[in-house]
Amino acid sequence: MKHTKLALLASAALALAAPAAAQVKLNGAGATFPNIIYQDWMLTYNKAHPDVQLNYQSIGSGGGIRQFSDGTVDFGGSDAPMSDSAIAAIQGNVLHIPTVLGAIVITYSVPGVSQQLKFTPDLIADIFLGKVTKWNDARLTSVNPGASLPATDIVVVHRSDGSGTSYGFTDYLSKVSSDWAQKVGKGTSVNWPVGLGGKGNEGVAATVNQTPGGIGYVELAYATSNKMAYGQVRNSAGKYITPALPSVTAALAGALKTLSPTTDFRISITNPDGADAYPIATMTWLLVHKTYSDIAKARALVQFIWWAETDGQARANELGYAALPSQLRPWIETRLKSISVDGKPVWTTAAR
Amino acid sequence: MRLRGGFFCAMPRCYRSVTDAEYVSDRMTTLPIHPATTPHAVPAPAPTPQSEWRTLRGTNVGDRLYRATLTALALVLPLLLVTLLAELVVGAWPAIKRFGLPFVWTSVWDPVAGVFGAAPMIFGTLASSLLALLIAVPLALGVAIYLTEFSPKWLRQPIAFLVELLAAIPSVVYGLWGIFVLIPFLRSYVVPPLRATLGWTPLFGGVFYGNSLLAGGIILAIMIVPYIAAVSREVLLAVPASQREAALGMGATRWEAVWTAVVPYGRAGLIGAVILGLGRALGETMAVTMVIGNRHDISLSVLQPAYTMAAAIANEFSEAVSDLHLAAMFEVGLVLFVVTVIVNACARLLIWRVARGTAVGSRAL
Repeated sequence: MKHTKLALLASAALALAAPAAAQVKLNGAGATFPNIIYQDWMLTYNKAHPDVQLNYQSIGSGGGIRQFSDGTVDFGGSDAPMSDSAIAAIQGNVLHIPTVLGAIVITYSVPGVSQQLKFTPDLIADIFLGKVTKWNDARLTSVNPGASLPATDIVVVHRSDGSGTSYGFTDYLSKVSSDWAQKVGKGTSVNWPVGLGGKGNEGVAATVNQTPGGIGYVELAYATSNKMAYGQVRNSAGKYITPALPSVTAALAGALKTLSPTTDFRISITNPDGADAYPIATMTWLLVHKTYSDIAKARALVQFIWWAETDGQARANELGYAALPSQLRPWIETRLKSISVDGKPVWTTAAR
Repeated sequence: MRLRGGFFCAMPRCYRSVTDAEYVSDRMTTLPIHPATTPHAVPAPAPTPQSEWRTLRGTNVGDRLYRATLTALALVLPLLLVTLLAELVVGAWPAIKRFGLPFVWTSVWDPVAGVFGAAPMIFGTLASSLLALLIAVPLALGVAIYLTEFSPKWLRQPIAFLVELLAAIPSVVYGLWGIFVLIPFLRSYVVPPLRATLGWTPLFGGVFYGNSLLAGGIILAIMIVPYIAAVSREVLLAVPASQREAALGMGATRWEAVWTAVVPYGRAGLIGAVILGLGRALGETMAVTMVIGNRHDISLSVLQPAYTMAAAIANEFSEAVSDLHLAAMFEVGLVLFVVTVIVNACARLLIWRVARGTAVGSRAL
């Protein structure tokens, strides 16, 4: 009885004190790919911490980086890491914090083929370079012995809008094909050698489905929720991998092996080592400053991110994203602890 | 009162210019009003009616306020236009400095290497709009002429209503319809016979994938038909019956009456209708980007994919990471702005030349 009274008193005092503690409002903007899980995280987090209001606008990675650099938002989101020159422009005051992973799948519609097709890395590059132009090309039939591939033209479909998906895909192609790296390179929009442009995942998907002989790339979550056909891709260990969320987490785990805990998180996780790793995996980052001026804001932001990196990860698979491998957590923790206001770290103990 | 003469219309002769003196004397001859009974409505016929009118105009506070408000409102829009232009130039400046004039005639678009040339988009914008006009103008004029001259009375309203309803459909719906209905239809029924008969011309060469200039042009045509048809109908309705009667009275068939008396009489307005459609076609974004193929290439063949400026801005602007890429997007916007202004200026010139001697029709604009 006494305890409940005390608790009541305490909560009343808290309730009185709450307005004094003031609402912390954090604004973010950036990539569209992680938008679904970010909104979910923010809603859930706000329920547990009503004094922290979070807001994220999915305006695209480019816009996110710009607004973050201009200081109009407290944090940014991006599917493509900031370039060295962009980081230099804000005096290096940025940390890239990975949040979730995604995968890019090769989707196609080939008349008369119902089985899952297999692709080698050089085949994908040559198809998107316009060097392989028919579905019954000898190189395609040799890796897909059972399939009756027709003599249809290959119609390449890529994203017409700038996107992190294109970034991940071209990053992968640049790694597996020196020809691609030289002629095209990687970026959110590139100068595609061949093909049609579709707007968004849905534009690529619709164009591929409506064009006999179409081939394109979309995010894994989009492909699975729309029951699209997608192919297996041979990884660096020589195994053909069906894209799935665990094989994406395996991809990052594979990529981490070669890295040290102090690494720059602007790493690319395409074409990693690891027997079970799906090679076209992408990472998305939150962009936060190393130093903030408002301690309440900085602390709330760091605590939210830590929550997202730990408890929040459980929501990933359900929403179509791959969770970060657990080895990454201590690395991220160190990074978050380095965020400071007036030279003092804002957050020292992880609330585990 | 001076405002009556051509204030809202940039070119002369589209309204009959009426001077104050004319207006007043006109009224005075037909409607003799006693100056004592209506002191404010019309000034007394004095030896110098114009100067008296001017002094009277300045006295009423309400009038002055009203005039000031209207002047301010009239100035806001041009001001907005100038601001917009300035904003575009400022945003595009890094790209203008870097690429100069060749930006509009080079055709490499490589965000990775930071090389930008907008020629394919300028070409695609003009080509798709032109194609749309080629398809839409005969269709829309046909509808308008049928509705005003030939159709039974009970059919006029329903058809006019349904045609204008097309304008209410969101463009993304047109785009989806284009992907799922129009392109498969073109692929199976239109393009094979087209290639069989005209495949030897460069206009119909190459492999047809579906998303193409042709698909974009057709979608645009469908989208602008309601605008052209609606305005044309109004123009033709404004042609006085005496025109038709005179032609028919001289023994013309109805067909001849339409083409010799009605259409020429309203030609300025009809051209205006077409320009309205063209303006819409130049700026249309969503539906076009969904079906045109979004390829930075210039191809004479309408069966090949192309790109438009509006589509490129919608596609790449939000993810333009480098400053130069962003500036290039701004410059594309600037070019689109300039192209639109040039096209509209040419159109105005055309209307002005055509409208000499005829006045009706422009009124419907």
